[in-house]
Amino acid sequence: MKQVEILVVGGGPAGLCAAINAAQAGAKVLILERDEKLGGQLIKQTHMFFGSEKQHASVRGIDIARILLDRIHELENIEILVNATVLAIYDDGVVNGEIDGKYVKIKPQKIIVSTGASEKTLAFPNNDLPGIYGAGAVQTLMNVYGVKPGNSVLMLGAGNIGLIVSYQLMQAGVKVKAILDAAPKIGGYLVHASKVRRMGVPIYTGYTVKEAHGNDSLERVTIVELDENWNQVDGTEMDFDVDVLCISVGLSPLGELLWQAGCEMKYVGQLGGFVPVRTEMLETTVEGIFIAGDVCGVEEATSAMVEGYLAGLAAAESLGYEMENLEERRKDYLNQLESLRSGHMGDSIRLGLDKVTVRSEVVKT
Amino acid sequence: MVRIDKHPVLEFKRGKKIRFTFDGKELEGYEGESIAAALHAAGIKVLTHSHELKRPRGFYCAIGNCGQCIMEVNGVSNVRTCIEPLKEGMAVKTQEGKGGIL
Ligand SMILES: Cc1cc2nc3c(=O)[nH]c(=O)nc-3n(C[C@H](O)[C@H](O)[C@H](O)COP(=O)(O)OP(=O)(O)OC[C@H]3O[C@@H](n4cnc5c(N)ncnc54)[C@H](O)[C@@H]3O)c2cc1C
Ligand code: FES
Repeated sequence: MKQVEILVVGGGPAGLCAAINAAQAGAKVLILERDEKLGGQLIKQTHMFFGSEKQHASVRGIDIARILLDRIHELENIEILVNATVLAIYDDGVVNGEIDGKYVKIKPQKIIVSTGASEKTLAFPNNDLPGIYGAGAVQTLMNVYGVKPGNSVLMLGAGNIGLIVSYQLMQAGVKVKAILDAAPKIGGYLVHASKVRRMGVPIYTGYTVKEAHGNDSLERVTIVELDENWNQVDGTEMDFDVDVLCISVGLSPLGELLWQAGCEMKYVGQLGGFVPVRTEMLETTVEGIFIAGDVCGVEEATSAMVEGYLAGLAAAESLGYEMENLEERRKDYLNQLESLRSGHMGDSIRLGLDKVTVRSEVVKT
Repeated sequence: MVRIDKHPVLEFKRGKKIRFTFDGKELEGYEGESIAAALHAAGIKVLTHSHELKRPRGFYCAIGNCGQCIMEVNGVSNVRTCIEPLKEGMAVKTQEGKGGIL
């Protein structure tokens, strides 16, 4: 059985930052990433990021991934395995996974789970037709493999992801016929919305998909207006001839491993679904299992990175590694998170976090 | 064209051009891309069928989470083709039923 000090499950922005801080403190870290490449969702983002100056605002996602990877490769005590999926975390702390097609057992002293989130879908007739894809899937196809998802697209969801992916589709030379959202208002940032509108894409708010049509794959989508009680209004149907319907209705945290490990989980709508109860330092109710990133609650890459740094410090500290200015660094990260979640956009995140965070008296921001 | 050749931000470093088969038919793709991406580029969207109603299914998440894209690859069933890298000479088949365990 392979022995490690700290195992990081998932090499997205959260996991990479956790590994950096833990390794800098002196701990031996192993990162297992099921994909071929490290970087998580970042490697698909061609647009410049929002967020804070400290965490690379106005840098493209793909370039943030490069910056983090350069730092990872400088640290000798980080081992990285890709094509490595963690399958289970058992009661006795043994972790098993599939690494390059082989079954492997690992005994870590501490675990940081940073598995990210998975895409939600929506119920409507024929929602399983090929051609109906998650927004992340469309991004992966076009931005990682350079393959167009189809010729013309209808985007469901006018949050940031729906708006950004629409823009990215046009960058790749694909026609976006319209964006729709059931909510009465556009959920994403206005800059993104204006950008796609300027490019001639109409945004229909207060609309949903009534039905998808097609034989072996998608050919047409009927949308319909919703009244204030979210009931479909007869006679408001519109048809779009498209071969792709892109679904961008949010993400839900990928917490299966945490359930299995026995962490206390709670359903918190504001955070995207079931999330683990945790301390401010991001330790779950199972001692030695820490969390960071979208798996703690769906937010964005900037907060995922800061959470990663925090969890990395906490895991290394729990192993007895001593760090200079530990308290100061901690406070800095907590302050960064607070400011990222401040203001109107952060309202629901703060509400959600209050329901699952066990606050300690030790650290006050 | 399904393949993106010119992109304002990205440059695609594709692997070697290789051959593989889909239900016996010979196709071309690039080494290392996902099987599902290579099939999509070749115009194939239906990867499998639902068990009960035999409805056509394509991929959904493309990151290995949902299990919509399972196919038989080199005789192994239930392979998630959205995350399985394409290799020279692979035999990719539409899977009938639930598939066996080796
Ligand atoms: C279209 C789009 C636009 C976005 N734009 C912005 C933006 O402008 N600004 C911003 O701040 N954020 C943005 N984000 C959000 C940001 O990308 C995510 O919040 C961030 O990637 C979350 O980081 P993470 O490390 O928690 O998860 P991820 O990036 O999802 O990484 C998780 C990793 O874990 C791996 N993994 C999962 N399960 C296992 C397992 N069992 N074993 C091994 N590995 C596993 C996955 O393969 C993945 O690599 C955007 C997201 C999308 C989709
Ligand atoms: S498409 Fe979801 S697992 Fe392959």
